[in-house]
Amino acid sequence: MRLLKALFGTPGNALVSLLLLAFLGWLGQALLLWGLRAEWRVVGENLPYFFVGQLPKEHLPRVGGFLLFLALALLGWLGSLRVVRVPRPRLLSLLGLLGSLFLLPWPPTLWGGLLLSFLLSGVAMLLAFPLGVALAFGRQARLPVLRLIAIAFIEGVRGVPLVSLLFLAFVTVPLFLPEGVRLPQVVRALVAFTLFAAAYLAENVRGGLQAVPKGQWEAAFSLGLTPFQAVRYVILPQALRAVVPALVGQYIALFKDTSLVALIGILDLMGVARAVLANPQNVGLEREVYLFLALVYLLVSGSFSYLGRLLERGLGLGVR
Amino acid sequence: MKLGKLTLGIAIGLLAALGPAWAQQSRLDVVKNRGRLVCGVNAVLPGFGFLDQKTGKYTGFDVEFCRAVAAALFGDPDKVDYVPLDARVRFQAVQNGEVDVAFRNTTVTANRDGALGVDFLPVTFYDGQGVMVKKGRANSLRELQDATFCTTQGTTNEKNITDYIRAQRWRNAKVLTFEDGAKVMNAFLQGRCDAFTADKSQLVGYRATAPRPEELVILKETISKEPLAGFVRENDSRWRDALSWIVYATIQAEEYGITQKNLDQFLKSEVPEIRRFLGLEGTLGQDLGLPRDFVVRVIRAVGNYGEIYDRFFGAKSPFYIPRTGTLNALQRFGGLMYSPPFR
Repeated sequence: MRLLKALFGTPGNALVSLLLLAFLGWLGQALLLWGLRAEWRVVGENLPYFFVGQLPKEHLPRVGGFLLFLALALLGWLGSLRVVRVPRPRLLSLLGLLGSLFLLPWPPTLWGGLLLSFLLSGVAMLLAFPLGVALAFGRQARLPVLRLIAIAFIEGVRGVPLVSLLFLAFVTVPLFLPEGVRLPQVVRALVAFTLFAAAYLAENVRGGLQAVPKGQWEAAFSLGLTPFQAVRYVILPQALRAVVPALVGQYIALFKDTSLVALIGILDLMGVARAVLANPQNVGLEREVYLFLALVYLLVSGSFSYLGRLLERGLGLGVR
Repeated sequence: MKLGKLTLGIAIGLLAALGPAWAQQSRLDVVKNRGRLVCGVNAVLPGFGFLDQKTGKYTGFDVEFCRAVAAALFGDPDKVDYVPLDARVRFQAVQNGEVDVAFRNTTVTANRDGALGVDFLPVTFYDGQGVMVKKGRANSLRELQDATFCTTQGTTNEKNITDYIRAQRWRNAKVLTFEDGAKVMNAFLQGRCDAFTADKSQLVGYRATAPRPEELVILKETISKEPLAGFVRENDSRWRDALSWIVYATIQAEEYGITQKNLDQFLKSEVPEIRRFLGLEGTLGQDLGLPRDFVVRVIRAVGNYGEIYDRFFGAKSPFYIPRTGTLNALQRFGGLMYSPPFR
């Protein structure tokens, strides 16, 4: 009722609303008409390639199991943060973690499509976490050497685009390897992504660290905690809690950045789409494929955002 | 700290000392020891390299030559690791040894051969810039003196057509450029230009995307030379020789009329030069560092040059590129495909 009043309350509002409705209706029917005529078979026929790339079929159950255990670990973790109610959350997350580690599709050369985007960004983020936290502390260290190294690394990596890091990994790494020995591109991409993520993460975490009042350090020390204990039990929990939204945002950006790996010859979701479109049978079906791609990206990034919000709620962000 | 630096120094020193030793080994031996070929391809070029949606593997005209090499070396065309190469990194990837060889729709030019540290293999496809018009607009390039040509920005195509117009002194002809081929095609279909100019193999691809492909004509004339060939790192004759003769073998097989189907009959042949070609006599294979019967393996795996061509550009393919009367025909039929003798 209030909506109706807001939209059609005055003649002016009513006119604008009608015009907009007409436009939306026209757009909707045009899209619908196209959607009915579009050749969606290109998406259906290539579905496995979009999701897992060239992964051999016999590995599919393994990937399924991996995702299942990952979901379990996530559920357990959220449970231990009391976002959702699950029995024995700690055990659950431990079980899920071990299971997913055990079933992680290996070697990385098998990764492709959406699985590649997901694993590349996920593994890079996980590996970048300790490095990033260490760099954040390093940046504030009292030892000048340590501080200098941390600053040089962070600024060096942040100062160049991700593409050039990938290019560096692709072009220069083979020069240092013996003739004929190859480091798979995925591994090199993983290293580049990890370093890149670590530099940004370090700055995010530093923001969190600086948000923790100095009194917290003093309070921790006066309780007789060692510096390590102070960081582990007092400082870091508060610092990380403050930067959860930033970290979630960083992860989503990293996830989308994986489309850059096409430059160094690995096919992620975007690369697979282009390879599929180059098939003479699929020529001219760009719209169907790219629309599907946009939906997948939207769905995946949206789920991450949702998870991030759950996490914030669990940590009592903005409440406590 | 000090110790770390010392170890690092030693490591760098070792690397520097070992460098030349690695460089002396031919890629041929490296590949043989590895048991797999690492082949650079283009994974996103219709007809030349794309994803086969039935098998999930790469396929295409260029990809077939990777398979031919693997077949020759290991007897198994599937022993290939494909590295899709972006146009921007293709030469570096070969120079630094990332890939053993690249078959990736690359034009042989003096500059690339001289300045980029790569050596080219025999040409596998003669492409050339052509012009596409709507049916009835023109039958030959001469009728396009006052036409508007559309093409892609910053490509050799743009330069070629501008040069061509200048050379012909066509005052009323115009060139309109767009960001990428798809946009050019759009403008062309909407009638913003009379002609779309690009490499002929690409024009065939774009024509297939049109709502009514039969209403578009690709003119016979060719205004630039684009011979496409594979390439390897510079100064590795053994590797380059082996690859060159594998490519020649596909052409020679077509000249003899040996196909995947009739190969077994030819294996019973009494003709000396065919017996030599197929490795039944002589030491051609061994001399090249290849197995004695490498030609047989290649033909069994991918067929002769004509068979490879027909699979991707033949009349049944959506990317039909007529071969008769073009440079890609055998020399015997007026083309440029010709193998030096196997003897």
